[in-house]
Amino acid sequence: MVSGPSDGKKLPTPIKLLIAGGFGVGKTTMVGSVSEIKPLRTEETLTDRSIGVDDLSGVESKTTTTVAMDFGRISIGDDFVLYLFGTPGQERFWFVWDELARGALGAVVLADTRRLADCFPSVDYFERRGTPFIVAVNCFDDAPQYALDEVKLALNLGPDIPVLLCDARRRDSGKEVLIALVQHAYGRRPLAKV
Amino acid sequence: MNSDDSLYDEQVVRPYVMTRGRTEARAKLDLITLAVTVRPATGVEIGLDPEHLAIARLCRRPLSVAEIAAHLDLPAGTVRVLLGDLLHGGFIALQEPQPEVDVLDERMYRAVLDGLRAL
Repeated sequence: MVSGPSDGKKLPTPIKLLIAGGFGVGKTTMVGSVSEIKPLRTEETLTDRSIGVDDLSGVESKTTTTVAMDFGRISIGDDFVLYLFGTPGQERFWFVWDELARGALGAVVLADTRRLADCFPSVDYFERRGTPFIVAVNCFDDAPQYALDEVKLALNLGPDIPVLLCDARRRDSGKEVLIALVQHAYGRRPLAKV
Repeated sequence: MNSDDSLYDEQVVRPYVMTRGRTEARAKLDLITLAVTVRPATGVEIGLDPEHLAIARLCRRPLSVAEIAAHLDLPAGTVRVLLGDLLHGGFIALQEPQPEVDVLDERMYRAVLDGLRAL
């Protein structure tokens, strides 16, 4: 299925990173602050994989339920291009998560200390799936400030999961978060393949 | 039906586009699979719809399935089907992401980290 361009020019290899977390936690803001393009929105159409989520019996023609995701892009030289996807906030769209998470290098779980529980489903999902992830606490101006250890404890995270503070609106902050994620994912890759 | 908009909508949901077995098989393209036009479509090719031509025009530079979908305001699933047609016709080339098991390449991590630090 893969075919190279006939002029011999090599296409960059696309790499997927996910930005997850609860509704309104700043996923799209972070995508936008680090992306080289204005964040775009794409829609996935609900397919038969939705069985068990939506009962479509009797309305089989109703296949137009869509879920929207915002994403951005960062070109890494000529060889790689990073795509950052904000995962849909609603848990019922897990099937899009599966599609998104497949082949993803890693995920950032954004947390808001005012609603810490909102990020539990994301943490749970990536833990179960074995996707490398880190937690970034988006520092909203009016949110209570906690020590990172307290957040780690509250999320019941393993000692090896990095937790850091960030400001999703700032490009350099988002950049630091992505660097931390890639470093973490690098450390997590199976040693047998090194 | 006479305005461009209604024609457009009509084609998005045209059932045969979505159900042809040949294109179903190609619908496994990832959201980040890149497409680039390798043979320009002039518009006189049999079997190419305006959406095909729009994709061929867009992909003069490599774009992901997600980007094509966003730019053309089409669902990603529809874009996958149309890309399958274009691939079949030899108009585009695809670059798929590395399979998950291969996301282990040390060179890739180095390049990505260096690239991010240089932002």
